[in-house]
Amino acid sequence: MSTMTSFITKISDSNASSGTVKKLVNDITKAVIFPVLGFLVFLLLWSVAAQNIDTSLGKFPGPAAVVTQFGSLYDEHVRERDKAVAFYERQEKRNAARIAKDPDYVPKIREYTGKETFLDQIVTSLITVMSGFAVAAVMAIPLGIAVGLSKPLNSAINPIVQVFKPVSPLAWLPLVTMVVSALYVTPDPIVPKSFLNSMITVTLCCLWPMVINTSVGVASIDSDLVNVSKVLRLSPLTHVRKIVLPASVPMIFTGMRLSLGVAWMVLIAAEMLAQNPGLGKFVWDEFQNGSSDSLSRIMAAVLVIGFIGFLLDRGMLQIQRWVSWDKSSADR
Amino acid sequence: MQWCTPIKKALITAVASVTITAGVSMSVSAEELGYPEKEELTFGFIKLTDMAPIAVAYEKGFFEDEGLYVTIEAQANWKVLLDGVIDGRLDGAHMLAGQPIAATMGFGTKADIITPFSMDLNGNGITVSNDIWEQMKPNIPKMDDGRPVHPIKADALKPVVEKYKSEGKPFNMGMVFPVSTHNYELRYWLAAGGIHPGFYAPHKGDISGQIDADALLSVTPPPQMPATLEAGTIYGYCVGEPWNQQAVFKGIGVPVVTDYEIWKDNPEKVFGITREFSEKYPNTTVRLTRALIRAAKWLDENNNANRPEAVKILSQSNYVGADYDVIANSMTGTFEYEKGDKREVPDFNVFFRYNATFPYYSDAIWYLTQMRRWGQIAEDKSDDWYKEMAAKVYRPDIYRKAAESLVAEGLMSADEFPDFAKEDGYRGPQTHFIDGIVYDGSKPNEYINKFSIGLKAGEVL
Repeated sequence: MSTMTSFITKISDSNASSGTVKKLVNDITKAVIFPVLGFLVFLLLWSVAAQNIDTSLGKFPGPAAVVTQFGSLYDEHVRERDKAVAFYERQEKRNAARIAKDPDYVPKIREYTGKETFLDQIVTSLITVMSGFAVAAVMAIPLGIAVGLSKPLNSAINPIVQVFKPVSPLAWLPLVTMVVSALYVTPDPIVPKSFLNSMITVTLCCLWPMVINTSVGVASIDSDLVNVSKVLRLSPLTHVRKIVLPASVPMIFTGMRLSLGVAWMVLIAAEMLAQNPGLGKFVWDEFQNGSSDSLSRIMAAVLVIGFIGFLLDRGMLQIQRWVSWDKSSADR
Repeated sequence: MQWCTPIKKALITAVASVTITAGVSMSVSAEELGYPEKEELTFGFIKLTDMAPIAVAYEKGFFEDEGLYVTIEAQANWKVLLDGVIDGRLDGAHMLAGQPIAATMGFGTKADIITPFSMDLNGNGITVSNDIWEQMKPNIPKMDDGRPVHPIKADALKPVVEKYKSEGKPFNMGMVFPVSTHNYELRYWLAAGGIHPGFYAPHKGDISGQIDADALLSVTPPPQMPATLEAGTIYGYCVGEPWNQQAVFKGIGVPVVTDYEIWKDNPEKVFGITREFSEKYPNTTVRLTRALIRAAKWLDENNNANRPEAVKILSQSNYVGADYDVIANSMTGTFEYEKGDKREVPDFNVFFRYNATFPYYSDAIWYLTQMRRWGQIAEDKSDDWYKEMAAKVYRPDIYRKAAESLVAEGLMSADEFPDFAKEDGYRGPQTHFIDGIVYDGSKPNEYINKFSIGLKAGEVL
């Protein structure tokens, strides 16, 4: 109640300070109205354009068709889960029957053999990109710090990095596939080969931007900070921990954000190309199916891919804010 | 080419398999089938309606009845699929009949692939683009109601190909794989109409198959056929369903002939596994064959009564994934040629009738004769060589074991299968070819000499 009254007084006071109200309205317009307006215009343009594009698979999907597809993709997911439950029940019964006949049998519960739903594919892609990214970070950041600290190492490694950086990771994909199938031979693999292929491709694409940004960040530390470290006679490890890392965090994270964005794009392409499970395979399968729903399902996947890419970027930004001592550096 | 080693091996295995077959026929008593040695299996397929037995065996629980837990994965193209089976990523797959034969022979990747189960009869079609169809149309005789007389022969296409040739434009057509049924059917149809589809010369390193060709044939994966036709890269193609019907639905092409008209009840896909797999997991092999036989029977049961349900299964995005109507067109006994010209072809897809699932040696030999005719087999081979090669790849002994155990368990009756006691694996002389040439599987060299276009006995490029 009291807040209400205070609000009213604020408003009634506003004659006196019309400037504040103007500012408030301005803020609301900026934060809400313009984005909403932009979104509505986008929807309008999309549906108008969609109506006018005829493909051999029917009209290009408009917003309504895509929304319907989200519904049916979710329904499919639920149906598939029900089938999975029934699958496990049947399996238990069969195992029980076999034990009754053949007491030596050690029953084993096998994973559901049905198809991966759209939601499963999203999860697969996310796990792949995160693992590839993590592996790259573990290798690239120490390497980048070492390169940034040591001039000779920098001149030794820099040319190699510069040559590999512009290579599309997709060019690596065939090599990765062959090497993985040659070296990764176990009768009972922990992770499937297809996962390794996609993951290594992602790693290869994350590696170079992270190395470069980390080394640049480390090399360009304020000389005052380096001098402080010298005066205090910090051990090399403490120097890295207390001076180098905090000072170069913004650059390191810039590199990480860049590479995560690229990694997400590359992963989708790699999954399409190599038919590895994930969103890319979903898109390719739908394209191959050529059913009348295919285009709207692909469009639904495109929106999801974009939205996840956006969330990944925001997530990295948030982490950067948390770990960075200079809060302003992340605001870009 | 170094055929010597394969031949030696072929001889040894052929002798071995003959002994096995003989052994089986003596001990007819159906001992109880053991549990599968390997229970978790992954099978590959290409998005075509004739993969139906695999999908049905999964969805109707026939695999699970055998204690098999099967994952079914679509493959990008036939090469990827074959490599998957060879390197063990896949335990078995829906294959082109020519694939196990070519692999065993060493045309392409060399590997011992066998087949205990033939998946279907017929099911393919040849489609040309709208533009080519308009040019062909004047050359086709018409019925009273104005519709073209079927079967349409390649004679109607010949003037069009000649026109392109005289203008110096290559006449490109698509097929799905160098050793695919589609390649041989398209070649058969073209050659029967006097259009030369080109020779292979593997001993000279030429595996493009375009030597002396009037029409240039190249490989395109089945699901991409309609898109490639639409793009104008090819003027026509031979492929399995639903990719002919999809061209009609999309309005981009016209199916002119089905393989049922080229060769009535021709054997099509097979289920391929490595020989190593069948030796290491004999119970699993028999059990998966049993599941597939039951699925095939289900597909043809009660005069195709289950087909609508099968179409529904196939239209799921993880199987063929095309629209229900497109798949239903061919699976439920009709085939739409030119838009609106829907005709009854009740046997367009046969999965079980006419002993469709039994791996006949004579079927394998037909593919071998075509490989020889077009130069994929570069040198002359004796009739015995053909028979040995067929016996090495096609394994009616495994099929027989599966069938007999199904009969013993009362799941099926003996009259649904060939009479195993008398069956020698050779169909009688077959007469239903578009050019009227009779095929007798027991005399392959005589058969090859009957064609006017193609290599004959003794000819080497």
